[in-house]
Amino acid sequence: MLRRIRVGDPSAASHSPGAIPGTRRRDFLRQSALLASSALGVRAIAAPGSVSAPRSENLPPNTPRWMKVQGEPVVSAPYGVPSRYEADVIRRATNITPTLWSSWSFTPLQDLHGIITPNGLVFERHHAGTPDINPEEHRLMVHGLVSQPLIFTIEDLVRLPSISRIHFLECSGNGLTEWKAPKEKTVQGTHGLLSCCEWTGVPLSTILDEVGFKPQAKWILAEGADAAAMSRSIPIEKALDDALLIYAQNGEMLRPEQGYPLRLLLPGFEGNMSVKWLRRLKLGEKPFMTREETSKYTDLIGNGTARQFTFVMEAKSVITFPSGGHQLKKRGPYRISGLAWSGRGRIRRVDVSTDGGRNWREARLEEPILTKALVRFRLAWNWDGGPAVLQSRAIDETGYVQPTRDQIVAVRGTNSVYHYNAIQSWQITQNGEVNNVHA
Amino acid sequence: MFTRDRAIAKAILLLVAGSASLCWAAEKYGLGRVATPQEIAGWDIDVTPDGAGLPKGSGNVALGKTVYDSQCGGCHGTNGEGAAWDGKAIDRLVGGQGTLHTAAPVKTVGSYWPYATTLFSYIYATMPFQAPQSLSPDEVYAVTAYILYLNGIVGKDAVMNAKILPKTAMPNRPNFISPDPRPDVKSVACEKDCPGQR
Repeated sequence: MLRRIRVGDPSAASHSPGAIPGTRRRDFLRQSALLASSALGVRAIAAPGSVSAPRSENLPPNTPRWMKVQGEPVVSAPYGVPSRYEADVIRRATNITPTLWSSWSFTPLQDLHGIITPNGLVFERHHAGTPDINPEEHRLMVHGLVSQPLIFTIEDLVRLPSISRIHFLECSGNGLTEWKAPKEKTVQGTHGLLSCCEWTGVPLSTILDEVGFKPQAKWILAEGADAAAMSRSIPIEKALDDALLIYAQNGEMLRPEQGYPLRLLLPGFEGNMSVKWLRRLKLGEKPFMTREETSKYTDLIGNGTARQFTFVMEAKSVITFPSGGHQLKKRGPYRISGLAWSGRGRIRRVDVSTDGGRNWREARLEEPILTKALVRFRLAWNWDGGPAVLQSRAIDETGYVQPTRDQIVAVRGTNSVYHYNAIQSWQITQNGEVNNVHA
Repeated sequence: MFTRDRAIAKAILLLVAGSASLCWAAEKYGLGRVATPQEIAGWDIDVTPDGAGLPKGSGNVALGKTVYDSQCGGCHGTNGEGAAWDGKAIDRLVGGQGTLHTAAPVKTVGSYWPYATTLFSYIYATMPFQAPQSLSPDEVYAVTAYILYLNGIVGKDAVMNAKILPKTAMPNRPNFISPDPRPDVKSVACEKDCPGQR
């Protein structure tokens, strides 16, 4: 249950066990054992040289060793796993939360290609851990301002007409450490509360037709079956537009940490609203004013007021190669690569600067360019061996231009926590180190 | 509102049980089954600012202190001032008034939360962290009263119940703004010889 691998934290073993007060001693001991066993794994992961140096016996003109023996037979891994040489491509948890039950882990964007996030690397954000739900015992209740309150099994939902869509999911707290100073070392830490999957499920509007919602219903409470009873109010317009009840991601049933067996997905909206382990939808006239939409997920502005119901994730982009923690070994040709996305629709253009925002060049956008989905951009770049500052700037189909940090701070101050979508700067030093800077 | 909904649900239940169910199936997919009032009552745990959803019961500040000391103080501090766990702060519940516009805002129940009903609702559904949904309605009313008392929002003799709680005004309520004013940050895509972007 406890993940001990934290961003920017090569030796997780320095942490004391994260048991909470009042937890039973048995649990505490179990966690200590987990901690001890995971420490070995952390050391292996922390060592960048875990892939051993190439041996000449496997290089031309010699015949490599793996051509002279039989490999692993089929179903050696009934559910396949990545090559052992990719062992450091993993989620890493934040190091700022007191426990790992209410915490988050980041997607390793620096190690991914294309736009789809593999299921095992989709970022996690739980408020009370991942519940262990038997799908046979899971129910979705839909009630409130409806003609007919209904209860659905997962089997019922899968029988309804389903669609599949590729959408990003981003926590509105993505980048929260970066408001005041560049804190996280890697793009995993600065932008890793971001993933993109093919999601399969039933349009929420279909379910609303089944229960017959009443005209005075303007908001829907979505409630999860975790110990946080995660709950958010969803405007009916979004519910009828493109909201989905999701049971599968990237071709397989949802992973437990992504809401198995049922979650909501509100494309382009802050991730918290896509309630996982969904068990209840209640239609009402007004927002329900849950804890998460009042004391959390509201944006404190510099003058002391707080914005509430700031749902959409505004256009954003980030260079994932080269990015913080990478090391350029020699001058010459490189290919800058990154991701862009907008909660308001499609990305129209991405510009890249290599001189700290003085001059910009348009990057190439890779197909497909989908609405409310990650887009991969690439641009050829010749590193002359001198210092450089790399930036990317997204423009979406509404004409919205991703702002600089200074522009955001001038309007909102630095206390908002949520919805930070500033241009990211990566500084390249003369010896090829890549650092997170506010340049 | 709650009882009215139940009455409607009952009426529809009777309709569906009769011949109308055939029409229903013809117009819709007809999947899922009717949720009974008892099933809904068991799961309908939310509480809204108008007090809908609040259970029967009551509790005072004195009982609240007893509940708090045994169930809450370990994480939230003896007097709601927060505690550190693994070197990181756990949510502070008390204080912070007057800090929201400063460089170091302290968001607590007293300084930030806009509705007292949310406090009850959240505790009732999710606390204490080590045993969610283990407190009785009386205990939740009491500990709600105690946290409001620690914040100077109610007096030390205060009692909380389904009538008083929705009428308890929270000081920061007027400072919440909606609808969303974004896009609020306007930028232009300068391309050549720009001033440099920070």
